[in-house]
Amino acid sequence: MKYIDEFRNKNLVTKLADQIHKSVIRDYTFMEVCGGHTSAIHRFGIPSLLPENIRLISGPGCPVCVTGTDFIDRAIAYSKMEDVIITTFGDLIKVPGSSSSLEKEKAAGANIRIVLSGLDALEIARLNSGKKIIFLGIGFETTAPGSAVTIKQAAKENINNFFLLSTHKLMPPAMEAIIKDGASLDGFICPGHVAAITGSSIFDFIPERYNLGCVVTGFEPADILQSILMLIKMVNQNTPKVEIQYNRAVTLCGNLIAQRCLSEVFETCDASWRGFGVIPLSGLKLRKDFERFDIEKILPLKIIFKEDNELCICGEILRGLKTPEDCPLFSEICFPENPLGACMVSNEGACNSWYKYRFVK
Amino acid sequence: MNDFISLNHGSGGKLTHELIEKVFVKRFAMSEPLTDSFIIKESGSTLALTTDSYVVDPLFFPGGNIGKLAICGTINDLAVSGADPRYIAVSFIIEEGFPMDDLVLIADSMAEEAAKAGVKIVTGDTKVVDKGKCDKLFITTSGIGFLNSEIENISTGKRIKPGDKLIINGPLGNHAIAILGARNNMAFRTTVTSDCSSLNHLIRKVLQNCKEILFMRDVTRGGLATVLNELAGMIRCGIIVNEATIPVDEQVRGLCEMLGFDPLFLANEGKVLMVASAGEENKVLEILRSDPLGRYSEVIGEIITDKKELVVLNTSAGGKRIIDMPAGIQLPRIC
Repeated sequence: MKYIDEFRNKNLVTKLADQIHKSVIRDYTFMEVCGGHTSAIHRFGIPSLLPENIRLISGPGCPVCVTGTDFIDRAIAYSKMEDVIITTFGDLIKVPGSSSSLEKEKAAGANIRIVLSGLDALEIARLNSGKKIIFLGIGFETTAPGSAVTIKQAAKENINNFFLLSTHKLMPPAMEAIIKDGASLDGFICPGHVAAITGSSIFDFIPERYNLGCVVTGFEPADILQSILMLIKMVNQNTPKVEIQYNRAVTLCGNLIAQRCLSEVFETCDASWRGFGVIPLSGLKLRKDFERFDIEKILPLKIIFKEDNELCICGEILRGLKTPEDCPLFSEICFPENPLGACMVSNEGACNSWYKYRFVK
Repeated sequence: MNDFISLNHGSGGKLTHELIEKVFVKRFAMSEPLTDSFIIKESGSTLALTTDSYVVDPLFFPGGNIGKLAICGTINDLAVSGADPRYIAVSFIIEEGFPMDDLVLIADSMAEEAAKAGVKIVTGDTKVVDKGKCDKLFITTSGIGFLNSEIENISTGKRIKPGDKLIINGPLGNHAIAILGARNNMAFRTTVTSDCSSLNHLIRKVLQNCKEILFMRDVTRGGLATVLNELAGMIRCGIIVNEATIPVDEQVRGLCEMLGFDPLFLANEGKVLMVASAGEENKVLEILRSDPLGRYSEVIGEIITDKKELVVLNTSAGGKRIIDMPAGIQLPRIC
């Protein structure tokens, strides 16, 4: 398969792994920010190819994992209202709220449907004019333009039964929060799909202000190993900068059409992240012109939510301070069939990947 | 366990196993290992008995329909137990308002598939329920086959030892992807067709020509990952599988990449995993490949000594990781 097989080529992968083994002169800790990277790293068995002094830790880039309990509770509360259809990406339905999940509510009779894009949800709205269709807008700069396009289309067609419950988030503020929080890091494996939209320049502040290297990375094993090698060189030579490894998809400036669409529909707002609390200006809400699609404006709700299980360390894992194996619940009480924290739910969550693909020497 | 039955309880993975163990096995005092068929030894002859129900949505899909699926599934459960499938009983639960023409089409393909496989449909039952009380049509089957007593333990893999080889008769995941495509709610179109087929003739050919088949299991719901984990647990050994040798069609691979699915977790309806004694694998491969249903057979791995009973994958890229049983249904990813 083009663009896949050549980046999974065993000879190339082995060669890169050899070069990494030859280049290490100290201990290194790199954070893969994106959940897609976490999943790929474990799925391809990357840790088994690396020397022991390279530690990869997972960051806050799995959108499901950083979604707060309050958002799930809110979605559940809406799902219980008359004539409401909740439309959502599949990963989200298993995430535990305070006392239930969308999956459990679906089993108990709520009208909750899995869609692959906001536009699918809009089609459901066209076909069900008597119902309120609420699309759960989740994801970073990668998926937010999709929601923006959907909202613009709904406005153009004057569809008045389609609404957004947004928990869209922005990546750079969370990365900055991690650094300020004191995670001990030597560089970032930066999210390739986010950068395909935003351009690699959004990470420029990291080497400038914090002296840490960033490599925007693709999602195949050769991509990830090459990026690790690039990061090692930056550390060894003390030349932190932003480099693009994933140059078949990412440029300095990114996708200008998507960026324009995003800023036309959304504006930044403070947002609550699981594990971090509120990070200023790290979320996206609909601009005034599109407020009629904002379900929280149309049907305001007050919810009371419980905090996560106090033993759950998802927050510290998302902040790069701990790994799943440090968690007393991991694999004992918390596993994919019975997830207590969001990191165990999503395919891209650190705990789920660690559990599912436990690394073998 | 959750308080309600969720779709995950029907996924074929861990929650299905937990449900069966906790609710049924104890109450029904089932002491034998749970395999595809039960072996009955009474007055001189050995029989295999199996049962299954079919609730596929949509009823018609590229490569088959619910009726063909019911017959093939029942035949395969018997055949992988080493039995020669002979008789099938079939029950229909039909929703009020179901089109007669569709029922006739479904019955026709059942008759055709049974005739091809040399099996007789001998008894059955029909119930019609009020509209909304079932989803169009559900089918339940039971099947009986005669067993060669030499291979009556084949489902439990008792003779397997480290070094023995794992063989699969063709590419994985086509059934699951054909069904997903036919549901038409995922906004993609494929030309992938279901692998739905009766494997009894293929399996008989192998068993007649090779005495060193030590285990067989049809790879259905829950995918290869589930079968491998069940096997490792049953024989208390480890398994090592080579990703590069596992056959997966290009279109299925592409869609899995896009949706974030793992082909090893996807359902099949015409695939059998065989374990052959070390040294016999090429002979088995030759027999399988001479048949259209086994043309793309591959040796995909081997049994190893491992107290932890892990299933380990050598990834195509050269890494290693474990293959776990799927936790529940696979969900498309966000980005």
